[in-house]
Amino acid sequence: MKNKNISGAEAVVHSLLNEGVNLVWGYPGGAIMPVYDEFYKFQDKLKHVLARHEQGAVHAAQGYARSSGKVGVAIATSGPGATNLVTGIADAQIDSTPIVCITGQVASHLLGSDAFQETDIIGISMPVTKWNYQITKASEIPEIFAKAFYIARSGRPGPVLIDITKDAQFELFDYKYSKCKGIRSYNPFPTINNTSIDNAVELINKAKKPFIVWGQGVILGNAETEFKDFVEKSGIPAAWTILGLSALPTSHELNVGMVGMHGNYGPNILTNECDLLIAVGMRFDDRVTGDPKTYASQAKIIHLDIDPAEINKNINVDVPVIGDCKESLKLITKKIQKKIHDKWISRFDDLMKIEFEKVINSDLNPVKDGLTMGESIIAINEYTKGDAIIVTDVGQHQMVACRYANFIQSKSNITSGGLGTMGFALPAAMGAKMGAFKREVVAVIGDGGYQMTIQELGTIFQLQIPVKIVVLNNDFLGMVRQWQQLFFDKRYASTEMVNPDFVAIAKGYYLDSERVKDRKDLKPAVERMIKSKKPYVLEICVEKENNVFPMIPSGASVSDVRLS
Amino acid sequence: MENKINYTISVYTENNVGLLHRLSAIFLKRHINIESFTTSECEIKDVYRFIIVVKMTKEGVEKVAKQIEKQVEVIRVFYHTDNETIFQESALYKMKSSSLFEERHIQNVIKESNARIVTVNPDFFVIEKTGFRDDTEKLYKDLSEYGLLQFTRSGRIAVSKEKMGISEILNTFKNQK
Repeated sequence: MKNKNISGAEAVVHSLLNEGVNLVWGYPGGAIMPVYDEFYKFQDKLKHVLARHEQGAVHAAQGYARSSGKVGVAIATSGPGATNLVTGIADAQIDSTPIVCITGQVASHLLGSDAFQETDIIGISMPVTKWNYQITKASEIPEIFAKAFYIARSGRPGPVLIDITKDAQFELFDYKYSKCKGIRSYNPFPTINNTSIDNAVELINKAKKPFIVWGQGVILGNAETEFKDFVEKSGIPAAWTILGLSALPTSHELNVGMVGMHGNYGPNILTNECDLLIAVGMRFDDRVTGDPKTYASQAKIIHLDIDPAEINKNINVDVPVIGDCKESLKLITKKIQKKIHDKWISRFDDLMKIEFEKVINSDLNPVKDGLTMGESIIAINEYTKGDAIIVTDVGQHQMVACRYANFIQSKSNITSGGLGTMGFALPAAMGAKMGAFKREVVAVIGDGGYQMTIQELGTIFQLQIPVKIVVLNNDFLGMVRQWQQLFFDKRYASTEMVNPDFVAIAKGYYLDSERVKDRKDLKPAVERMIKSKKPYVLEICVEKENNVFPMIPSGASVSDVRLS
Repeated sequence: MENKINYTISVYTENNVGLLHRLSAIFLKRHINIESFTTSECEIKDVYRFIIVVKMTKEGVEKVAKQIEKQVEVIRVFYHTDNETIFQESALYKMKSSSLFEERHIQNVIKESNARIVTVNPDFFVIEKTGFRDDTEKLYKDLSEYGLLQFTRSGRIAVSKEKMGISEILNTFKNQK
């Protein structure tokens, strides 16, 4: 594709179109105005959604990327516009989300002069980007954009930031675009070592009590089918990390639940009893492993990951299988024996019964008057039939939603995992909806995180993005309060919130909204929300001081998981 | 705990503005002190070589090397113990010229240390010494008795005993294309 004598700003739009982008999220400002002028001219081809804050724009781009599998794009001006993106960029880095952020920058002759709205966003974003680059000449635009999209989406995905000086946006040049097919210093798809496959197969065939823990790598690698085949042929019980959730349907008979700090009882206990742990596309985060010294120390460990830097980073493994799990899983599945591990799986069932009696039953069938987060999630399941994209924020509601939400298809659980970014869910939900418009998107948010990015109700209203927003309101920063209760002698330092009227706020944005406090009103309200074709805010007032269990106290071993 | 020893990390990179920042951030994030840091273009045009000296455990240096190699513009990373490399440092010592005549002993110190006099003028003279850290350190101690005006030492420069094969890596990429 060629265009004679066009501006850098126009080249930005053409580059985005060449990469198949038709939607960007952003916020205009001085140093990015030439690009916005081109957005105006090309609005029939490239839709720009005006967020209410740059953080909203970047989280929306993340939500879009997570629901669609495509690269999300966020754009902002220099200075504060750029720095407001940083939280989202860091979130995308730690959760491997493919996004490209574009920031305006002061004219190149002003760089380093502390000009108006100048900030060193390249320096600031460097530790939290997969790659970043400052463009000072229009002629660099096509090549750098091609590289940016290639880097963001290939291998282990991640965020890329492109900073463009204002003079480069004005400068005229002859545009020619060709897609990036490779970079000599960058090998996103390491070759799979056959010996490692054979070693893995041997361990799997020999194992008596094997256990799979899978992460988001299965989803990012589009390897859901290969993973399911592997699980089914091997007959091995499989548990998920929070970001792996939804890659295998909740109801699958070999899906035994969640691992980690608030994961299920069985998977945590049995991590320290299995004789073989097969980690697929996960990174042994400390919230998953608890004390790494005691983590599965009795077991052999196989680790499938596309990122060589993850091998032996937190947990030393016996057989690393470096490469794309879509390929490696296929190779392993072909060579392993078909097996059934009935007796071993019954251990998970037994422990699930204990968890049900001690935790789940009171979460879902409470005897007290106050509503629980658990029964709210079950009500959502009922009316979405388990086929919604659930976007969660960070805290108690997040853990409860992940524990109890039903999923029947992949890319349905969107949450801030690694960074734990409060304020993520509302903007991510509107992005997720735009990335998968035919699907129902339900955001489940606590009263704390909701107020961190509540301004995005404005975006949702202006575009009438039909997301369903459930605010689980306990008038507390619940997770911190839970820790204060358990580990700080109930000294509730700055965790109680005196909240505004959330329904009135939603109505202020002309959004349909209601509040429920009583059990009898819960299901009808959820039904009305799900049936609505419009954006909808449902505030559910839940019990103020409920705790999320099971729980592994931080630093403790996974097998020391507590039920109360 | 495993012993911390000196490792020379060699990083081959594309020439890219800001890569230095990206690399140093990897050490900063892990609270690792960099003992020495040198960079220049290597034997291949447009390919740069960073030589970073750190005191770490083997496990630690291996993890850091992987994090560095993960960076898009990094071609390859190697790490070596002191035994596996040939390395040197340079140091410059600036002294008052008068001391050369007033303190005759200085001349012996210079001779014995195999240092080189780079320049002499009426006010000051400059000595250069290349060698191991102990050598430049000893000369520093010997000379400081007589009053050093300035002292500076370079980072470590090193070549590995084993082959690194950067050209081969770059050629493989070319052939794949």
